[in-house]
Amino acid sequence: MARGEAGAAPGTGAGTPPGPALGAPPETVPGAPPGRGTLTERVTTRRKPAARSAGRDAAIIRRGLKPIVWAGALTPLAILAIRALRDDLTANPIELITNWTGYTTLVLLMVTLTITPLRRVTRWNPLVRLRRPIGLFAFFYASLHFLTYIVLDQFFWWEGIVDDVMERPYITVGFTAFLLLIPLAITSTRGWIRRLGKRWQKIHRLVYATAALGVLHFFWKVKADTRQPLLFAAILTLLLLARLVPALLAAARRPPAS
Amino acid sequence: MLIRRPDDVASSEITPHSVWLDRRRFLESMAAGATSILLPGSAAGAQAQRDEPTPWEDVTTYNNFYEFGTAKDDPAKNARNFRTHPWSVAVEGHVRKPAVYPLEDFLKPHVLEDRVYRLRCVEAWSMVIPWRGFELRKLIDRVQPTASAKYVEFVTLFDPAQMPYQRRPILDWPYVEGLRLDEAMHPLTLLATGLYGKDLPNQNGAPLRLVVPWKYGFKSIKSIVKIRFVEQQPKTAWMLANPGEYGFFSNVNPDVDHPRWSQARERRIGEFRRRETLMFNGYADQVASLYRGMDLRKYF
Repeated sequence: MARGEAGAAPGTGAGTPPGPALGAPPETVPGAPPGRGTLTERVTTRRKPAARSAGRDAAIIRRGLKPIVWAGALTPLAILAIRALRDDLTANPIELITNWTGYTTLVLLMVTLTITPLRRVTRWNPLVRLRRPIGLFAFFYASLHFLTYIVLDQFFWWEGIVDDVMERPYITVGFTAFLLLIPLAITSTRGWIRRLGKRWQKIHRLVYATAALGVLHFFWKVKADTRQPLLFAAILTLLLLARLVPALLAAARRPPAS
Repeated sequence: MLIRRPDDVASSEITPHSVWLDRRRFLESMAAGATSILLPGSAAGAQAQRDEPTPWEDVTTYNNFYEFGTAKDDPAKNARNFRTHPWSVAVEGHVRKPAVYPLEDFLKPHVLEDRVYRLRCVEAWSMVIPWRGFELRKLIDRVQPTASAKYVEFVTLFDPAQMPYQRRPILDWPYVEGLRLDEAMHPLTLLATGLYGKDLPNQNGAPLRLVVPWKYGFKSIKSIVKIRFVEQQPKTAWMLANPGEYGFFSNVNPDVDHPRWSQARERRIGEFRRRETLMFNGYADQVASLYRGMDLRKYF
């Protein structure tokens, strides 16, 4: 029973050790006791995926998808490094680095939020194991973005930084989004998932707030051309609807409590 | 009105703070390494505040010219085939000599001169640019505004076929800017046709642009086709886009922040540390008198 308490205890069920991940909504635990989980669980466990070879899934993840995630997530950094070496960072390198790392953070946050809907559509649960690395890469770029601002842009001008965080709404929300990512990164390990049990899922719902604040940060920062931030807002809305709608449908299907 | 001779003031090479700066530079050399991290406030503004011209490469690849795109490198790419010949400029409104001039005729009476000015963008970066042009007041003298002319309005070309971003509702096209007549008459105010001794590159506002060095860069409208002398304050493109953030005057002022970011410091392109922004972009001695008695927080 102790294992059942931990919503994301590793190694349960049909070869799908749920990959705990930064910024992860509650995940399906095949084989978990029915009827006591979250709405999401109920939806996704409605029909169990056909049993697959656990070994084959693990191999696909480890040898196929994880290298793709690593390569994809490190590509923006590699491009930045190459451009730096070629002295190709525009007339304002600090601005470019700031925008580049911020943009990459948002992209990765959107990708990590795509995992759960994708898993639901494909009914292939091992996908969940990609969430943690992608989420941690998002945190990595958010940290670079934050450090670029503190070190390169402001050069430790604390007075100005505090002013910015307190008085400039776009920086306030960006800073808040970054702060919210920190506990998610820290508690992304298996140990923390075990220790936090059900609370882990609740804590990791903070990723929705982070993503929304991140998009708002971008929207409030641009001067006139809001196409890009609006695109992120549209994607985020879709990703949230992809969670909300199934949850509402499931709630409607549930027989009313007597 | 007292108008100083431009020779006194035009070049940003003249540094009124030189003595002060030498002292700051000395202090900076004392406060090395970790000390400057612990006490950055004392060192942050201390970068040698000389005004070396920004390299041609930077001036011509890092541009805000939204007609050609909203990224800084868009204008250099998208304005490559922009046609500036033939070009005509209409002078309209309350003037005794309204006319539509072919650009050659518009420029013919004027002797072009080179002026090195600081350019401070509202986005808190800055450059130093050697412009080539002539004083706007010389044109104004020529076309003779009537007593009803209180403001001068400038309009950029509207040609969505050539200016791709005019097909998008980013600003209320065409781009419009304006100056009060006394600002337009100020000897620092230039109509520019070139930089670094060459004709203006398209991305820098060819073939004719305004340069008002004590105001944020967006006041210095590019690719001008119309100059109107009007009685009412013009509705400028940025005021229409966001009246709470962009005022008519838009004088460089480190004490009046943009609602979303500080204007106290700026990044000079090519420099690592931010430097302190100067009142009226360092031209206070020449232009502060234009605004005597005005509340610059209200009239931002």
